[in-house]
Order: sequence, then structure tokens, then C-alpha cells
Amino acid sequence: MLKARIKFRKYGVMKFIGHLDIMRYFQKAMRRAEIPIAFTGGYSPHMVMSFANPLGVGLTSDGEYFDIELSESVDFAQAVRRLNEVMVEGMEIVNMIEISDDKKKTGMAIVAAADYLSEFVMEHPVENLADKIDAFRSQPEIIVWKKTKKSEKDVNIKPMIYDMREQDGKVYMLVATGSVENLKPELVMQAFGKFLGIDLEETAMRHHRLEVYADVGSEGQRHLVPLDQLGI
Amino acid sequence: MRKLALSDEILLKIEKPARYIGNEVNSVMKDKNEVDIRFAMCFPDVYEIGMSHLGIQILYDMFNRREDVWCERVYSPWMDLDKIMREKKIPLFALESQDPIKQFDFLGITIQYEMCYTNILQVLDLSGIPLFASERNEEDPIVIGGGPCTYNPEPLADFFDIFYIGEGETVYDELLDAYKEHKKIGSSRREFLERAAEIPGLYVPTFYDVTYHDDGTIASFEPNNVHAKPTIEKQMVLNVTDTYYPEKPVVPFIKVTQDRVVLEIQRGCIRGCRFCQAGMLYRPTRERALERLKEYAYKMLKSTGHEEISLSSLSSSDYSQLKGLVNFLIEEFKGKGINISLPSLRIDAFSLDVMSKVQDIKKSSLTFAPEAGSQRLRDVINKGLTEEIILEGAGQAFEGGWTRVKLYFMLGLPTETEEDMKEIAHLAEKVAERYYQIPKDQRNGKCQIVASTSFFIPKPFTPFQWATMCNKEDYIQKAHIVNNEMKAQLNRKSLKYNWHEADVTVLEGVFARGDRKVSKVILEAYKMGCLYDSWSEFFDNEKWMEAFEKTGVDIGFYNLRQRDMDEIFPWDFINIGVTKKFLQREWERAMKGEVTPNCKMKCAGCGAAIYGGGVCVESKN
Repeated sequence: MLKARIKFRKYGVMKFIGHLDIMRYFQKAMRRAEIPIAFTGGYSPHMVMSFANPLGVGLTSDGEYFDIELSESVDFAQAVRRLNEVMVEGMEIVNMIEISDDKKKTGMAIVAAADYLSEFVMEHPVENLADKIDAFRSQPEIIVWKKTKKSEKDVNIKPMIYDMREQDGKVYMLVATGSVENLKPELVMQAFGKFLGIDLEETAMRHHRLEVYADVGSEGQRHLVPLDQLGI
Repeated sequence: MRKLALSDEILLKIEKPARYIGNEVNSVMKDKNEVDIRFAMCFPDVYEIGMSHLGIQILYDMFNRREDVWCERVYSPWMDLDKIMREKKIPLFALESQDPIKQFDFLGITIQYEMCYTNILQVLDLSGIPLFASERNEEDPIVIGGGPCTYNPEPLADFFDIFYIGEGETVYDELLDAYKEHKKIGSSRREFLERAAEIPGLYVPTFYDVTYHDDGTIASFEPNNVHAKPTIEKQMVLNVTDTYYPEKPVVPFIKVTQDRVVLEIQRGCIRGCRFCQAGMLYRPTRERALERLKEYAYKMLKSTGHEEISLSSLSSSDYSQLKGLVNFLIEEFKGKGINISLPSLRIDAFSLDVMSKVQDIKKSSLTFAPEAGSQRLRDVINKGLTEEIILEGAGQAFEGGWTRVKLYFMLGLPTETEEDMKEIAHLAEKVAERYYQIPKDQRNGKCQIVASTSFFIPKPFTPFQWATMCNKEDYIQKAHIVNNEMKAQLNRKSLKYNWHEADVTVLEGVFARGDRKVSKVILEAYKMGCLYDSWSEFFDNEKWMEAFEKTGVDIGFYNLRQRDMDEIFPWDFINIGVTKKFLQREWERAMKGEVTPNCKMKCAGCGAAIYGGGVCVESKN
């Protein structure tokens, strides 16, 4: 079975469309663009489509991914063009690549990290942002109250922050993402805001995802590669 | 990039922000400086309901085909946003441009059910448009209403500038052209409304005076303006094949009630059930040509990417090309992963065959709508369905593997006796017995027969428009009789009975046959906080009862009073083609339990033949 990975951008008002609706959106987009996608059997067949780490409502992104199965081969460049012709404003297909049939290399399973640009929406920007990020990161541990589906507990998120620095007046961060460990940028910024003494009730935040990565390193050595550069 | 009317903070705080951002596939963006007329089309309920409505999709497409018009959409903000908009004084806006409704030339509101009336006031209120038409000035949009409830627009007459009576495809162009002319020459709002009143099908309530007898019934209903006509002619498209239909309907991001391509196969119904308003309003029955429907199916599936296609009509089984259409849909689309949904089909060998092809028998149920439990009462309401047909259909279905049957009934129909009510339970029992006639080793465990009742509401322009209703306690009593009888049946464990609350029925009755005096109650209830009355979680009957008390409007006058045959009804100024004489004749036949054949069998002389089209002509060929 031929498999393909599609990378897309999500921006503008589309940040208000949640993950499940984005999945529905792409199912319909596939039909509009007449992409020969494979279906499951049964009375209500559905498209074989698997999304990498879902993006939260309110976030924009330059690096979103999903994998599909094709029932026949297509010219990828043409497919990208056809898809872009049926997109709404705020959705853009970046590329489409062939991927291995190996289940371990598809979908959620390979996601290891993602990076973001985050900011506080405030009248006055945080002064000496770079220094403050350094100070924040050099704490021995960064404890936050983390809610998961199963439990609520104090977690030290410091090991999950792989990188964090100032970039264009915003906060750049590279954090653990995926099914093993998952850290949302909101949580990092909450901890950072608390560290800075910012009133988080009153201050809005914006987050923009840049890229999603797989870890191809071995023996504990992390080697992150964007999902569209993994090769077959 | 468009700027949204709501801030990120608000949008991230409320439920389903996608309701308010527009940008959907096939939504239409134009340059507001390049158009002459801006039209805001409203369905006064939440987005997911409003977006499922075919009529708005048709008009949205039709208006936007004109280069000089930009039609946008607006829905009722949900309760969470409603509160925020009032607190922060954010004006209601249209989804496409995100501009305030107040800046528009027209606000069109489709009025599909009575329980949306307070939501109409919400939309006006949040837009900053005066609730009363008489208080609006040159700055305000022209507020125009359409849809089934406008066949008795009187309870809402004070709130609307114009009502469009009938199908939208016919005279909107004329109205829009007249509006352009009005803007060009700079005539007054009143002069424009006078011009509008001359267009067939358009009713401008302020140009009419109503006087009442001492007993509260109408004494006279007369135009008070030379431009207004004494009778308003219902608008109708005679040829439904060669008219507007949206090839690119808007595709919502979030799941809505009708999340599929809808093919409207015909308008009207030949059956003539005496309680059914749609069956009278949309006469004569007009079919859309099969070849055109096939074309639409291809184009609409392609333009939307929907994974389901459905047929829409009052009675699909009466469509003469049904077999051809259904077989085409199955052959053409089933293999492409498109679901085919077939509502309102009569249960027979053909429909069972196609249903077994398009749905999972184990998961689906079959629906019958006998409407009344006894044959006597079914004759009174002119529902042609017999016990024999039901048991035959159910039997075939059971043998084909189905185990679940839904039965729909009404309580409170004219002439109903206790025996008629009990017959509902007996019919459900007979259906269950038919199932257990199948040898045990050949059937699929137990069957489930679900009987549901709603309470009958007499509607304008039906033979039952003279009928009296019951009070709330009587309705509940009727439901209890059915419930007790259900429990007394042999197969009671396979039977289930559901009934609706009676509170809403009483209100719907008042609004359906109400006059201009009823507007006070609607306004009062709205001011007291009533909103989203069609949503059981928000409906507040106590508040409504208080509103009736405060305004002195008597429910009994509208619901319990015996109406004389020659009484002037609030809606009598509208001509729907079907004559009051015919309705009266049907009422009398009903009282005698006489059935009237359907339009294809024999013309009953209802009056709709005057249009010279549809089934009236075809059946004579």
C-alpha cells in the first residue's frame, strides 16, 4: 500500500478550528481535490488517515502533519496543487512525500518533539527577555501542576524543555511532544509567566508551532529530524 | 486577512468558536465597496441548526449570483456569547465580513418554527435595531421575514417591515431592484415600503389595520395605504427543475445537523393529510427532473467533499422517478465511500431492498407514521396508511433482518376518543406479535417497537384550522392512558413509549393561530429572559405563563375556543391557492370520517390548479 505524508500550515482564523474538525475538513478536502485515498471496509467506510500530534485550539502552526494511504499512485506536486486549490484561507499544503509502509514510522508513534514561538499579549513587552529566559531555565527544577486525562500532579517539566531562548522578542522553545512525553507550550509559558510575576488571569498568550520532529538518534542521544525529512 | 468581530480572548472562552468566524468552504467573500446591496440572511437559532437549512443555502446562492448584492449569514449567538455581547456591548455581526448587521441594507430572517420567536427579538436586539418596525428609521436595515411561519405572520407583524409569503425564488430580484432604485433616488423608508407592497407576495404589515369584535375575534382586516393589496398571493416556482439551486453549498467546519449534500427532489405533497400544513401550503406538487438531480449530485458532492447525500421532500416515495434516482445514487456513489440516506420512504419491497443496500440493518430502525392508533381516526385525518400496510411492511422488514421499528402518532386529534388512544398501544403490540410469528431460530433475538406521540397543533391553512386544542393537563392525561395501555400488552417488554412535554405544545398553539395581540406576550417573555425556547434546557414555562398573565393575553381564546366556520382568521388575507371553501369541505368530511383520494388518484378541487402546473396538470395528461 502506498503511503504519503502531508505537511500543512494552519493560521489566521483557522486556529479556532479544533483537531477533530480539522480531520473532518481534510476528509472533505481529499474528496474535493479528488485524491485517490484508500478506505476501510464495512457499511460506513472511512478514509485511512492518521494525524501527528494534534494542535490545540487557539494555536497556529507552520508544521502540521498527517499520513494517508493511497489506492493508486499520484503525482505529489500535482496533488499538492489540487489540494491547495480547495483550501480555505488559513490552510495551506506545504508538501507531500512518500513514506515507508512500516507502521512504526507513521502517525503519532514517531513524534518526539515540537518547537514553538510563544508570547504574552501585553501592552509593554517583557524587558531583557533573553536574560529572564536564561534565569528561568537555570532553576534546578521547574515544577508545574499538570492535569492529564488520568491524574493531576506536580511535574518537573525542566527535562522536557530541550531548548528555550529569545527570538524576535518572542519565546522560542523546543519541547518534548508525543505519546511518551508531552509538554504543551501553554504550560511552559504559564510557568514562565508565574516566574516573571505576570498576572496570568489578565494576560493572553499566543503560540505558534514551527515544526514537529521525530527522534532518529540512538543510545540516549537525541537527534531530531522534521517529519518531512525522514526519508523512506 | 479578515479582522474578526470577536477578540481571541472571547473566542477561546466560548463554546465552539467556529460558529462565529465564517471562512467556510464555499462561503462567499465580496468587496463591500463593489456591491450596491448588503443582505444579512438569518436563521434565528444556533449555527448548527441554521446551517442545516436548505432554504437559506438556496437564497444565499441566488443572491450572491448577483454582482450588485453581497449576501452574508448570521445566526443566534449561543447563550454563552449572548451574555458576553450584552455585557461588552458588542453588536451582532455577519459571518463573512464580520461587519455589524446594523450596517446592512436588509436583514432577512427565516421563520421555520414558532419556538424561535424570542430568538428573532434577540437578533434584532443584539444588532441594535429597534424591535418595533414603527420605531426604525432610515439608518436601520429593512427587516424581512420568510418561511412557513409567515403563512400566519400576525403574531410577529409588529417586528417586521416586510414578510415574503411563499417561495423565495420568484420576486426577490424585483425587490432588490426596487431597493437599488430607492437608494439611487434617495426616497424615504416609507416610500420604499410602499413600492415593496406593490410587489406580489410581499406583505407590509404596517399598511393594514385590524379591528376586533367585542369577543376578540377579527371584525375587519383592511389596507390603510393605497399601495397595499387586500390579498397577498403566495409565491411559488412552477418549474422547479429550471430554477436556482446551490451547486456549491457552504460546508461548515463543525458538525451540524444536516452535514451532507441535500437533493430536493420535489416540492409539495399529493397526500392531503388534514393536519399537515406543508401539504396544503406547497400545493401543487412539483417534481424536479431526474437528469437535473443527477447533475446536482455530481456537482455538489465534488464542490463540498461531503461523504453523504440525502433526498429531501415531504414524501419521497411519491416521486415518480424514485427508483431511477436511488439506483443511480447507489451505483454511482456507493463504491466511492459516499453514504446514501433515504428519509421519508414508505416501507415496501422496493424501499426495504434499497435500505438493505445502503445501511446496516442491525443498526438501523424502520419508521412508520400512522399518526393515529385506530383506522377510524386515520380516516378522520386522511392518513392513507392502514394497519394491513403497516403489518405487511413490518413483516417484510422483520423477515429481512430488521428488529427495530419506530411508530409516530399524534394525540389530541379532532374527534379522538379514549379507544383511539388505546389503539396506539394495540397497534404497537400487533407489530411486536408479527415479529414473534417468525420462528425463534430464524429471528434475531427480541424486537424493539418504539411508539412516540406528539400533541396535535392545529395550523393555519389546514382543514383542521377550526379545531380546538386541549389544555396541558388533558394532554398529559392522554399520554398516561397510552402509557398504561402499553404496559397492559402481552409483549410489553418489547414495547417502548415516549411522549413529548405539553408545555411547548400550548405555546405553539397560541403562536400558530395567533393574531397581532400575541406580539405583546412574545416581547414580554423575551424581556423576562426567555430565549432558545425550542431547546428544552432553556425553555422556561413559568416565565411564559407569567408573561401571558402580565399582558392579559388569554391562552384559552387561541387554543380552547370553538371557532365558527365564518370567522375571519388572522391569515385569511393570504391566498395559497387552496381555497377556504375546500378546507371547510375537508373539515366536514373529516367529521364524517370520509377519506379524500390523493392528487394523483383524483383531483379534489382544492384550488391549486389555478397555478396551471405541477401534479394538477400532469395527472390530467
